[in-house]
Amino acid sequence: MDPLVSGRFAPPPLYGLVLAGGRSTRMRRDKAALAYQGRTQLERAMALLTPHVARAFVSVRADQGSDAVRARFAQITDAHENIGPLAGLLAAQAQHPEAAWLVLACDLPFLDEATLAHLLRARAPARTATAYCSSHDGLPEPLCAIYEPRSREPLAAYAAAGKQCPRKFLLGADTLLLDQPNPRALDNVNTPEEYGSAMTTLTAQSSATTRHITVQYYALLREQAGRREEALLTAARTPRELYAELSSRYPFSLAPEVLRVAINAEFGEWSAPLADGDAVVFIPPVAGG
Amino acid sequence: MRWCSFRRSPAVDNARLGKPLSVFRFTRTSIEPQALRAQLADPACGGYAAFEGWVRDSHEGLRVRHLEYEAFEALAVREGERILAEAIARFGVAHAACLHRVGDLAIGELAVWVGVSAPHRHEAFLACRYIIDEVKQRVPIWKKEHYVSGDSGWVNCERCAAPSAHAHGAHRHD
Repeated sequence: MDPLVSGRFAPPPLYGLVLAGGRSTRMRRDKAALAYQGRTQLERAMALLTPHVARAFVSVRADQGSDAVRARFAQITDAHENIGPLAGLLAAQAQHPEAAWLVLACDLPFLDEATLAHLLRARAPARTATAYCSSHDGLPEPLCAIYEPRSREPLAAYAAAGKQCPRKFLLGADTLLLDQPNPRALDNVNTPEEYGSAMTTLTAQSSATTRHITVQYYALLREQAGRREEALLTAARTPRELYAELSSRYPFSLAPEVLRVAINAEFGEWSAPLADGDAVVFIPPVAGG
Repeated sequence: MRWCSFRRSPAVDNARLGKPLSVFRFTRTSIEPQALRAQLADPACGGYAAFEGWVRDSHEGLRVRHLEYEAFEALAVREGERILAEAIARFGVAHAACLHRVGDLAIGELAVWVGVSAPHRHEAFLACRYIIDEVKQRVPIWKKEHYVSGDSGWVNCERCAAPSAHAHGAHRHD
C-alpha cells in the first residue's frame, strides 16, 4: 500500500471493548450474566461487536478474570479501581495505544445492528471521538462510542486530575455527535425492574418479528433438503426471504426464478407477507403426464 | 387404482342428476380405463375422447428403466379440478375427469388418464387435448426418470439454468 495512504489517511485499526467490569450495585446481580432470550448480555454485546472490529476484548476487574461468563473472551484487566467505566478504556488504550476503540456497555439489551452500523459509517477518525447524543437528554452517550488514538493522552490526563465522568470528557473534547437512528437502542438496564421490563419488550418484539412456518419439500428439493417437512421459527417476512434462508442451509440447485411458491396449499406470491402458522411449499418445475 | 374415490365423490352423484362430472384424483395402483370410462357415460353425450399417457422406455436419447411420480396432492387436486372446470366452460363438454398415478411405474404402465364426454366429438377432442396440456404445465406433479445406465434425474429440474424450462413438458406422450 502507498505509505502516504496508510500513514496519513488510513484510519487507525478499530478494536472493540465491552465493559463488563461494573459492580452492578443497583441490579444486585452481575449485569454481564443477565440473560435475554437465551444469551447473556455479555454474549450479545460481543456478538454484535465482533464482526465490526479487528479484535474484540472484554474489560474486567482483576478479580473477575476467571468467572465463567467472562473467561471465554479475550480480556483486558483494569489498572485503576473505583473510577467507573473509564478504567476499562484507559487500560485498553494503555495496552494498544495505536488502536481506536469501539466501546460498548454490556447493559444495553436494545442495542441493535443498525445503531452500530450507523456509528461505524459516521466515524470521524480525525476527531477525538464519535458518539451518539442521548435521545433522553441530548448529552453524549459515552458507552456506545468510538475513541480515536488521539483521545488517549487527554483521557489519561482527565483521570489523573481525579475526574471520572466520560460524558463530561466527550462534551469537552472534539467529539462528533450523532442522532440515534433508533431512539431506544441505548436505553440501559440498571435495576431488576428495568430488567423485567426489558425482557417483556424484547419478547414482544421477537414474537412480532419471527413466525412459525411449516415447509414441505417435494421432488428435487426434498432430496436436497434431506427431508419431507420441517417446522421453523424464522424471521423471514416473505417466501422469497424464506427460500434465501433455506438456501443457505441446504444445497438447493434451483434458483427462485424457476420455482413457484404455495402458501397453505394455494399458489402464492414470492413477496406475500408470511403469517404465523403458514405452510409453505416451494414448487420445482413440474413434469406431470 | 383408486377407482372408489371417483365413485364416492359427490360429483359422481351430481353427474347422475345431469350435472357435470369434474374430478381430478391420484392413485397409487394401476389405472383401469374401461372402468373410468363408464363414469362418463351420459344419454345426452354422443362422443367420448380419452387420452392415456404411458411410460416410455427412452427420454432424450437415454434409455429409461422406470419412472417415479410424486405430487403435492392438496394443491394438485385443486389446480387439476380448476383445469377440468375450465375445459367444461370453454368447450361446452358434459363431463371431464383425470386420474394420475404416483409412485413407481414400469415401462408401458399407464401414468395418466384423461376422459371427456360431450354431445359431439369435436369439443370432446379439444377439451381432452386442453386438459392434458394444462395438467403437464400447471399441476404440481414431478417425474423422476431412472435410466438403464444407473443415473436418474427429475425431469425439467436438472438443467434449470434455463429459467423457462418448466413451462414446457419435455416428456411428451402425444
